[in-house]
Amino acid sequence: MAFGRSSRTTKPFVEPVTLKILVAGGFGVGKTTLVGAVSEIRPLRTEEMLSEAGRPVDDLHGVETKTTTTVAMDFGRITLREDLVLYLFGTPGQDRFWFLWDELAQGALGAIVLADTRRLEDSFAAIDYFERRGIPFTVAVNCFEGAQRFPAESVRGALDLDPEVELLMCDARDRESVKNVLVAVVQHALVLADRSPVAT
Amino acid sequence: MSDEAERNQQGQTPGPHHWFDDEAGPVVRPYAMTRGRTSTATRHRLDLIAVVVPEPAADDPGRDQTLSPEHVEIVERCSEQPQSIAELAAGLDLPVGVVRVLVGDLVEDELVHVTRPVPPAELPDVSILREVINGLRAL
Repeated sequence: MAFGRSSRTTKPFVEPVTLKILVAGGFGVGKTTLVGAVSEIRPLRTEEMLSEAGRPVDDLHGVETKTTTTVAMDFGRITLREDLVLYLFGTPGQDRFWFLWDELAQGALGAIVLADTRRLEDSFAAIDYFERRGIPFTVAVNCFEGAQRFPAESVRGALDLDPEVELLMCDARDRESVKNVLVAVVQHALVLADRSPVAT
Repeated sequence: MSDEAERNQQGQTPGPHHWFDDEAGPVVRPYAMTRGRTSTATRHRLDLIAVVVPEPAADDPGRDQTLSPEHVEIVERCSEQPQSIAELAAGLDLPVGVVRVLVGDLVEDELVHVTRPVPPAELPDVSILREVINGLRAL
């Protein structure tokens, strides 16, 4: 059994520099929609299978015979140049998967915290997480149709954001709008990187 | 009435719900493909966005005797275009942990190598960030 395309020429592959930005926020806030709005591929899903042994409380009531659980992460890709590729990862929504966040956050360029003004408290955990780890992030308020619009200042106050953290209104379905949010995240990362050459 | 149905009626953990097809999970338990291993001897844990690039040896048909179909499929997918661990996991519909082990095997066999994205716990340098901003604006 050969590898099929054995006639491949010896042209070396371009080995891209890959970067990642995380998209966090409460369940159903539109993380996958946001990823899909800018991704060149339909958002893909990776799964990690976890053994229940040693995992903190996981209510398996009703599924007693199931011994593993699966955490899904949706992600998309933006090829900026042949040798520069940006991946967007939606973080698992449930709080009990924090340990997976640590892995996702490692080497991440920055993060978007997607917020819904009807359930602002859902974004507290993510904001807290990125603040503690010094990961540059931008808050994007997803303006759902029918959701009451609040002035940015009052949302900012409610989230108790540091002055340097940017807060933007966005439409997670709209490519241009999401592009603006991404640019804001990277700009914020740039400011932080300029300030301290040795990253935290 | 079959024996099985009868046993079910006697209430041997029948449960109100049965899993069928995909719901029941994979026919081959995913970590069976790794022969139970959950990690490999590779130097560092492979990041989700580490890119798997085939080595010239991957074209050599004599090398693949010991490889599983999943190993072969990873090499084939990457031979079309280098792919990240995350993309391979999604494409093969396998848990990320399994793909890490399988790719680790291929690295050891020198059939592929893996790019290290940005070294862990380091932010990319300023010039790359500028390029990202320009690239995003130009989309």
